Order: sequence, then C-alpha cells, then structure tokens
Amino acid sequence: MSALPHPLAPELRSVSARDLVWLIGSLALVIVPHALRAPWWVTLLTLCLYGWRVYFTLQRAPLPSRWMVLAVAAAALLALWIEYRTLFGRQPGILLLVIFSGLKLLETRTHRDAAVAAFLAYFLVITNFLYTQSIPTALLMSVALLATTATLVGFAAPQRESSANLRTAGVLLAQGVPAALILFLLFPRVQGPLWGLPQDAYAGMTGLSETMSPGTITSLAQHDAIAFRAEFEGEPPLNALRYWRGPVLWDFDGRTWSMGPEMRGKPSLPEGPASYRYAVVLEAHNRNWLFALETAASVPERARMTFDGQLVSAAPVRNRIRYELVSVVAPAPQRTEAYGALTRAMRVPKGFNPRATALAEQWRAGAANDADIVMRALEFLRAGRYTYTLEPPPLGVHSVDEFLFDTHAGFCEHFASAFTFLMRSAGVPSRVVTGYQGGDLNPYDRIVTVRQWDAHAWSEVFLSGRGWVRVDPTAAAFPRRVESGVTLAVPQSAAMPLMMQPNMEWLRSMRNRWEAVAHKWNVWVLGYSPERQRDLMEWVGIRDADWRQLTAALFSILGVMTFGLLVWSLRRFARPDPVQRAWRAFCGKLARRGVERAPHEGPRDYTARAARAVPDARRTILRVGELYIGLRYGAHASAPRVARLQRLVRALRVT
Amino acid sequence: MIARLLDRNPRLANWIWGFTPPERGTVVLVHRRVYILPTRLGWLFAATLTILLIGSINYALALGFGLTFLLAGMGIAGMVQTARNLARLAVTPGRAEPVFAGDTAQFRLYLDGRAGFDRPAILVRHLGSGAQLVLDIPAGGAGEVVLQVPARHRGWLAIGRVMLETRFPLGLFRAWSYVEAEARCLVYPQPERSPLPRASGEAARGAMRSPTPGNEDFAGLRGYQPSDSPRHVAWKAVARTGDMLTKQFAGESGAELWLDWQLLPASLSIEMRLSRLTGWVLSAERSGALYGLRLPGAEFPPSHGDAHRTACLQALALFRLP
Repeated sequence: MSALPHPLAPELRSVSARDLVWLIGSLALVIVPHALRAPWWVTLLTLCLYGWRVYFTLQRAPLPSRWMVLAVAAAALLALWIEYRTLFGRQPGILLLVIFSGLKLLETRTHRDAAVAAFLAYFLVITNFLYTQSIPTALLMSVALLATTATLVGFAAPQRESSANLRTAGVLLAQGVPAALILFLLFPRVQGPLWGLPQDAYAGMTGLSETMSPGTITSLAQHDAIAFRAEFEGEPPLNALRYWRGPVLWDFDGRTWSMGPEMRGKPSLPEGPASYRYAVVLEAHNRNWLFALETAASVPERARMTFDGQLVSAAPVRNRIRYELVSVVAPAPQRTEAYGALTRAMRVPKGFNPRATALAEQWRAGAANDADIVMRALEFLRAGRYTYTLEPPPLGVHSVDEFLFDTHAGFCEHFASAFTFLMRSAGVPSRVVTGYQGGDLNPYDRIVTVRQWDAHAWSEVFLSGRGWVRVDPTAAAFPRRVESGVTLAVPQSAAMPLMMQPNMEWLRSMRNRWEAVAHKWNVWVLGYSPERQRDLMEWVGIRDADWRQLTAALFSILGVMTFGLLVWSLRRFARPDPVQRAWRAFCGKLARRGVERAPHEGPRDYTARAARAVPDARRTILRVGELYIGLRYGAHASAPRVARLQRLVRALRVT
Repeated sequence: MIARLLDRNPRLANWIWGFTPPERGTVVLVHRRVYILPTRLGWLFAATLTILLIGSINYALALGFGLTFLLAGMGIAGMVQTARNLARLAVTPGRAEPVFAGDTAQFRLYLDGRAGFDRPAILVRHLGSGAQLVLDIPAGGAGEVVLQVPARHRGWLAIGRVMLETRFPLGLFRAWSYVEAEARCLVYPQPERSPLPRASGEAARGAMRSPTPGNEDFAGLRGYQPSDSPRHVAWKAVARTGDMLTKQFAGESGAELWLDWQLLPASLSIEMRLSRLTGWVLSAERSGALYGLRLPGAEFPPSHGDAHRTACLQALALFRLP
C-alpha cells in the first residue's frame, strides 16, 4: 500500500488500559486450572508479571527493557529446571507457556503483540484438555474463549462499549458453532500420535498393574476414579456375577505376584448359554489390557486374547476407548491345559511361609481329590474370623503365614494370595486373577460404572474334568463383598472415600445423575473416533468413506453454510419504509419523464419543478409532494395516508 | 505492475472495481465492490489453528478438535461480518466550500449505515492525499467525515478516489471498497498580498474624492440589501430595532476601482497575475470600495458584496481552464 500510518494497522495502535484488563482477565481464566496443578511459585510469578504490566500502564511508565524480560525468563527457566530436572516434559512445557504469557505482556505495546497474546490464550485453552476434558473444564474454557474473543473484538473497535464487544464475540462464537459441528463430524480423523510424546505425557493414570503384593489393591480401592463403564443390551447381570477380568498373575516370589512371561497357546473362545452383549467405555490407564465380563466370548478390534484368557489391546490404552463385547456366564469347560502351564501354576518359592505350607500338605494327605482341598481351604477361611478391612496391618517376610495365623485382617489381595499359595502348596494348579468386581448400576441410564474402589483379586484353580474354575476366597469369607459391593462389606472408616460410605445415599443419587450426563459426554463428544466417524458416514449412506470424500463433503457443506450466513447477516439490513419506497418509485417515474431529482433538491423544490415540467400530472405531483412531506417530516403518519400516497404514485403515468 | 495496467486501461479498471467514476449522488457499496482478504494477523491466526489441530491429532483431544473447529467457524463468521461491516453502506458527498489554493479543501461525506446493526471502526481515506479518519456508524444511523484535502491548484478539485476500509470485528480480515463520488470543490487562485492599484482613468475622478480608499470610518446606517455582506450588518442595531440595517463606511461612499488584467506588468505569468488579482479582490472587498474586474473575455462592473466577490473569484479560479 503506502508508507502512510494506517489507523487500522494493529502494529501502530497502542494498547489501552481497557484492552489490557480484558487480555489479562482472559489469560487468568485460562490458567486457573493450571494454577491448581502447578507449583505455587509458578502461579505467583505469573500473576506478579500480570500485575507488573498493569502497574506500567497505570503509571504510564515505559515498559522494562528487553534485557530485564530476558533475565526474568532465564530465572523462570532455571527454576523450572530445578523443579522438574527437565524442560521438555508435558508439565514443565505447559508451565513455561503459562509464565511466557506474563513475559509476553511485558513487551506488549501495540495491538499486534496483544493479539499474539490472545492467540497464546487460545493455545493455553487446549493445554488444559491434556489433563482433563470433563464438562466443568469445557464450561470454564468456553467462558475463557468468549472473554478472549471479546478481547480481540475490543482491539478492532477501541471506541465501542465493552458490553457491545462482548455481545459481538458471543454472536461470532454462536455463528461459528454450526461450522464447528460439521468440521467436528466430517474432518478426516487420523489415529494419533503423529510423533513421540514426552515421557510424562501419560503420568498420573491409576489402575491395576502387572504385579500384586499386599497393599496394592487396598491402596487402589481408596480411589474413586472411574475405571470403565459398561452399557448392556438388556438387563445387566447381578452384582455377584459381575467379575471383570484383568491381568492374570502366575508367578509368586514370596511376596509379590506377577504376570511373568506370556506362554504360547491358542485360546479357544468359550461357548455357552446366557450370554451378554455390552459395550465398554474404558478410561485411559496406559496399559494394554482391556476388561471384560467373565468369560469373554469375542475379541474387539485391534486386540487379542492371550493363552490365559486376558484381552490385550495392540497399543497401550492412552485415551478413553470404547469396544463391544459378548460374554458368556457359564462357559462350556475347557478340559485340557498345557503341561507347562500346569507345572507353572504349582510353583512356589522355597523357604517362605512354612506354617501355611505345612497346613496345605496336611490337607493334601487327607483329601480325596483337588476339589476336596478347595472346599477345605474355603471352609478354613470362613471359620477363621477374618476381618475385611481397607487398613490391613503391615506384613513381614512370611506374608501369607502372618495374614493367615497372626493378623487375621486383610483386603482381597491378601485372601487371593493366601488361597492361591495354599492351593499350590497342596499341589492344586492355581493362579491369581486381578480385575474389578461389581460396579454401580446407575438407575438413570442403566449403565454400570466400575470405579477403582471396585478393584478385586480372586483365584482360579484347575480341576480335572472341569478346567479352570473361578474361586473367590474373599467371597467365601465375606459373601457381602460380592453380593452388595465393597462399600457395605468393609467396616466404615476414615480411609474410605466420602462417596463410598453407605450413609451418603443422597449424594450418590446426585452423583448418579451427573454420571449419566458425563457418560453421554464421554461417548458422544470425547469418544468420537475414526471408527465412529466411519459408522456415521455409513449411517448417512456413504460406505467406506475415505478422506477425499470426507473433505469434499466438508467443503461443500462449509461453503453452503458460509453463503447462508452471508445471506442471513445481510437480511438484517434495514429495508426502506413504505413511504420512502413510494417516494423512490415516484422519483424514478418522473426521471423517466425527463425530470430527474438533483441530489441537493428537497421534495418541495423538486415537486414544484416537476409540476411545471409535466403539466398534465400537475395535481398528482403536488399532492404526492404534500403527502410525502407530511409523512416524512410531519407528525401526521397514518396508514390511510400512506396508502393514499402509494395509490397516487401508482396512478402516475410514465409516458 | 497491475496498478499501471489498470491506469492505462480505465475500462478494465472500471470493470474490475465495479463502477464507472465519477458516480452521481449516493453511492451504495454493493457486495460486488467490497473486497476482502486476510490480514497478517489473519494468517497468524490460521497458523495458530494449524498448531492447535496438529496438537489435537497428536494427543487425540476431542475437545481440542472442538476448540480448533470452533475457532475456525468463528473465523469464517468474522469474515462474513467484516464484509457486512461495509456492505450496503451508502456514501453521499456533501457540499465543499470554495477554498484558496494552498489551503485545504474540506470534503464532506455522509455515510448512512442503512442497517439495524452498528458499523464500528470504518476507515475513510482519501487516496490522493492520504487524508484519513476512522468513524463508528451507530445502528440505524449515519456518520459524517470531513476529509481535509490540500488544494494545490486553482480550478475545480474533484474528490477523486476514496477508500473505505474495516477490520472489525476480529482484525483477521480486511474489507475495503473504493468510491469516486461526484463531488468537487472550487479552488480560487492563491491570493497575493499587494497594495491596491490607484484608481485610474475616468473612475479616478469619482474614486479619489475620498482621500483614503482603505479607510473604514463608520459613516452611518442604511437599509439592508440582499447583496450586503453579513459582516457589515449592524447586528446590535438589528437586535435593538428589529430592522435589518447595514453599516456604511466612509470609504465606500463612491470610490470606484477597476482591477484590470491589462494593467498588470507584462512580466508576470498568468498564474501570478491571477494571484495578484485575487489578492486585490479580497482587499477591495474588505475596504468596502466599489470594484470591478476586467479579464480578457470577461468583465464584472464595479459593485461590492459577497455575491460580487464570489463571482469575481470564480472567474479568476476558472480563467482559461477547460
């Protein structure tokens, strides 16, 4: 263009106090969730930087020099490195951005810098979603989005009232929603990630692990985080039947059970009556296994079944996923097992738990078969007056002995571990299965929600002729555990999460309603995956839609929508009122007769001139002039007069 | 290069810009002539969206996709609103009072919103001179700008091309349009200050009866005539009596002065002669003398008053111009 100063160019417009207040407000809204997670000094430093910038504006002082800003940046970098020992993780990276938002403000002089800071606010919104995508976060971020957009509008219209700018921002976002919806549904989805993610990208996910030692499940049971939700076609099974199978543990070192190496073997999918069809929405837990109601009779996509009946996904579950399954309750027995597996299922470490070993050998000597030994062991546990508790006493080297004969108190992993050890010592092949048991049935949407506190461990023994049989020693000692869930089985104590306590029924009911909404959100908004996109396209009638078709559909719909928006927004132009329209028609008619109205000519002069020039229509012309002046400038607006004006104009002949 | 091409082919330019200058009366900015392109900030916004999209794909963030797409939709809506901020704006030129060369012409433009919404932050820039203003047009209302265009040469000064531009609401897009309305301003020659010529010839006999023609001694009041300058109306007397009265000055009473092109030194160029004559017309009018103007091909018999002065100045301004 030219070298002239351009009043609309953002780089030439300096930031006003109002702009700054809006910008800082938007940034503050965006960093609120980060502040709750960040070390306190990061929040404090950022707020101080914001406050410092405001101080400069209020004092009308020149901003700090570049060196000053660089020095603060270097100090912040060093402090972050001391805190995290790296700058490239997810958390330090995001906190760096948060601090940078304050530093950017310190060198913000013009609207261009301020707009960059506003874009940074948009970017910081998305960093919040790395931690949580819940409904409250989405709502807070919507407010932040509105504020940031209003800030941008304020830069473009500095003279306008803030409330008008806020309204404009709301209108813009609202008008953006249809396009966003179409893009969300049709934009070709690619399965991420595109490149390696930082080491701590998936930190902080809870769930079962590959090993089980005394205390692991107890500590897990104090979390109320959701493990997964299951949506059944038809009625869900009873609580006592809801065993969700997870990792199967084979190897015992005297204290810890672990999965050990996987063995070769082709599992056969079980068959049997009473099957359940259901969909599981599994929360991310950064491990490979999927949970299924025992016993899974189908394998989801991109997953396989191991030799011991676990469902394993091809990649670690790092995002919430949804899969559909069929399970049978009473599978036909699998009668044979590989010799290697059976010997592995009887291995116990030497030199541990002498008392338990002695007891098992005593049972072995007096029992007719393996099933008899199982019965004796369960009877022993039932009669032993054990306490089921979330606060079991710590155990020493001989953990099974101490639990069985001294402390008499434990959680399900203690029972499962002790029982399996007894079976192996008595020569009965057995293994530990971890997973979840039960889950809350939400009465509002009939969805079973399984939380970490439903984590459970049980055993499986191999009986000749019947194959692997599930034995739940905890259920033998405490039938209430599986009948009504863990909340009623353990004695109430402070260690229980608030929601887990039975007398919080009303709170749980409110929570159930909220959970039903959150589940819909998870499935329909957050769970929209490439598979769901394909389903949607098939439902619309496009089979095997590839990205080209999606893009074509996307752009044609977006084009039509933009055009529609244009037409709609132009509709709001004020149409001239009937009087004005009649007057324009009148002028047009006279112009065709050679009497054109000059731009400066008022109605009185014009009609007088026209009446002289067109004598045959003199009376009509003068009457139109009178009526128009009366209607337009006088106080005599009335419908009959408007109608008369229109009639007279229509009656005026052109030739 | 494109600009030069358009300069050489006015018809092509007219076809591209969608109008043939100058346009009479009110100019309405129909869509056809509102252009829109992203600003540098708009490209930066697009880059930000790309980063957001890549991040969303990489971390499989459903809400990240939602945010990215909502911002994209907002960008589209912003584009439409930016175009709308100018579309169907009605531009009407106002009257521009004559000025002297070397002063600034004041071109008035009325911008009628003709819409149920307000149109904030509209830049009006005179392309020839760079005179520019930013105004907000309220909903259902109109705005007025006065473009201060330097008047360099005598004659008619056409307003020329005016650009209207807006970046509201987001600053991501720039919509602009050109208007070349039929508005012109009469530019009188630049007045040269020099002493009035002596009254000469037959005029001198009457004229020199009053010893000092420039003297403005108050001589009395007389009845108002429509040609009298408002400056000479005795407003205090009007307020007292209710009758329009004009002050009479001693010098006025019979001095008769001819301002003659032919009497100027031959060494002066046309423009210099016109400047001197203009200066004389102003001085003579101020002195209250009766003065006439003689130009090759035009003669204004001695008189005085605003109408006479304007007629003389107009003749000087348009002397030998096509």
